[in-house]
Amino acid sequence: MIARMLAVAGAEFRIARRNRWALTAAVLMLLFALALTFAGSAPTGSLGVDLLTVSVASMTTLAVYLTPLLALLLSFDAVAGERERGSLALLLSHRLTRGELLAGKLAAHLAVLALAMAAGFGAAGLAAAAAGGAGPESLAALIRLIGSSILLGATFLALGYAVSALAGSTAGSAGMAVGIWLVLVVLYDLGLLGAVVADEGGFFTQALFPWLLALNPADAFRLWNVAASGQVALASGMTGAAGALPGGAPLASLLLWPVAAFALARLAISRTAP
Amino acid sequence: MAVSALSVSAVSKAYGSRPVLREVSLEVDAGERVALLGHNGAGKTTLMKLALGLVAADGGSVSVGGAAAGSAAAREAAAYLPEALAFHPALTGREQLALFARLAGVSRAAVPGLLDRVGLGDAADRRIGAWSKGMRQRLGLAQMLLGRPALALLDEPTSGLDPVSRHELYAIIDEMAGQGTAVLVASHALTELEARTDRIAILREGRMVACDALARLRDEAGLPVRLRVTASGERAADLQARIGGERLNGASVEVLCPPSEKMARLAEIAGLGGLIADLDVAQPSLEDIYRHYSEGASP
Repeated sequence: MIARMLAVAGAEFRIARRNRWALTAAVLMLLFALALTFAGSAPTGSLGVDLLTVSVASMTTLAVYLTPLLALLLSFDAVAGERERGSLALLLSHRLTRGELLAGKLAAHLAVLALAMAAGFGAAGLAAAAAGGAGPESLAALIRLIGSSILLGATFLALGYAVSALAGSTAGSAGMAVGIWLVLVVLYDLGLLGAVVADEGGFFTQALFPWLLALNPADAFRLWNVAASGQVALASGMTGAAGALPGGAPLASLLLWPVAAFALARLAISRTAP
Repeated sequence: MAVSALSVSAVSKAYGSRPVLREVSLEVDAGERVALLGHNGAGKTTLMKLALGLVAADGGSVSVGGAAAGSAAAREAAAYLPEALAFHPALTGREQLALFARLAGVSRAAVPGLLDRVGLGDAADRRIGAWSKGMRQRLGLAQMLLGRPALALLDEPTSGLDPVSRHELYAIIDEMAGQGTAVLVASHALTELEARTDRIAILREGRMVACDALARLRDEAGLPVRLRVTASGERAADLQARIGGERLNGASVEVLCPPSEKMARLAEIAGLGGLIADLDVAQPSLEDIYRHYSEGASP
């Protein structure tokens, strides 16, 4: 079972490297992270934190948008593309199970994302540390950022597989992937914001809103990175919601989402005829 | 008695409310080559996917080498070449075949030999994106040869191939059958199947309407034999007056007769002596037989 999974993972990783996906993702993360680090270096003096802290805060905001997008771009044709080529039936006619196929692809795509995150955030972090100083706390925040980005990426990879299995074609799958990104990363927040404004500090804002934030993987990612470091929270100005939740809630959400999303993808692919 | 390589018994399958297979039964034994014919949508591909365990039957049972379709043993025993197959364009042929070898649990040492055997030795390290359709099809064939399958299922293997590639493909199919693999080939290329298969199975709207050796189907269908008689000189009209039939052109007459009367008719025509310049006897072709069964003349 492991051998078949690794065989799929090896081939997928090779494909990602060949079609420059791995490189593109890494360069993209690196450029954005560097740009944010140095463009966002202004508040260090006024907040009394080191440059790496500010950099991590900026990169957290970046990662919320970019990580899900990269993950969905990697995964949206994972099943639909194989089906269109006719190779899905062929792969599954061997002893490979649908679950092994998904797990193999996830391993490869996650490795690509992890490399991109480590390279992008790592390099930007190093640059920030060199230019404006870093401490043990800001270093821990950077490692947390990289780790949680990988978890966030795993969630959206698995969601991408789910739409890829459900959609009839790669075009349909691409459309659904964009829809997922828009809803979970952009519209969800706008909706909550609207509700908070309308509620004017009532029950919704006090009791429900933080939980609804933690329920969304992108917001849980933001919350956890903010809550884990007081300095990052200071630099990002997102302390209110994080403080209203039990400490483990955003992390639990971050850890559970990949599992739930993969289970969803597994269910979706088992319902499709290759 | 040995277990059939493929045993399909009273299988039904519907996609939604549309029935695709109705009570279909079929046995294919080791070393046997069976052609699966039918119009598009007759259920050929679905039958293969059932045998591979890729889709589940609504009723009836399918087994491969005695194991239920879809079980690990059945999957290991069956090899498949899907219709219109493509591979990821970024991988090379060698990498793609190595992936299949690992999935099949076969040593990668077998890969170079198989690539040579299907004539891809030189192209093996080029990306599949730059390959022709015939080369991709050969790669598909190479992955079937991994691990000596007991059952080979080929869905339209020759569509879009040039005559030389077709010939080579059938040579490999024959070789597999020679080694004891049961082969089921779905195809529309009737003329090339005629000499290449031991039995013909015909699906019509999800029902198996015929399944036998070509000669037996021919007898059973009772299709007329075509006798084409060429008159000597300008005497075609005279010839037609004697033997009936239809004038084809200035010199020939075509007579259709039931197989049982063939010898009597031939004797009669031979008796005309100098009136006859030439005589051709055409048995009903697989195409005639296919049309007979697939268009519902009987049963």
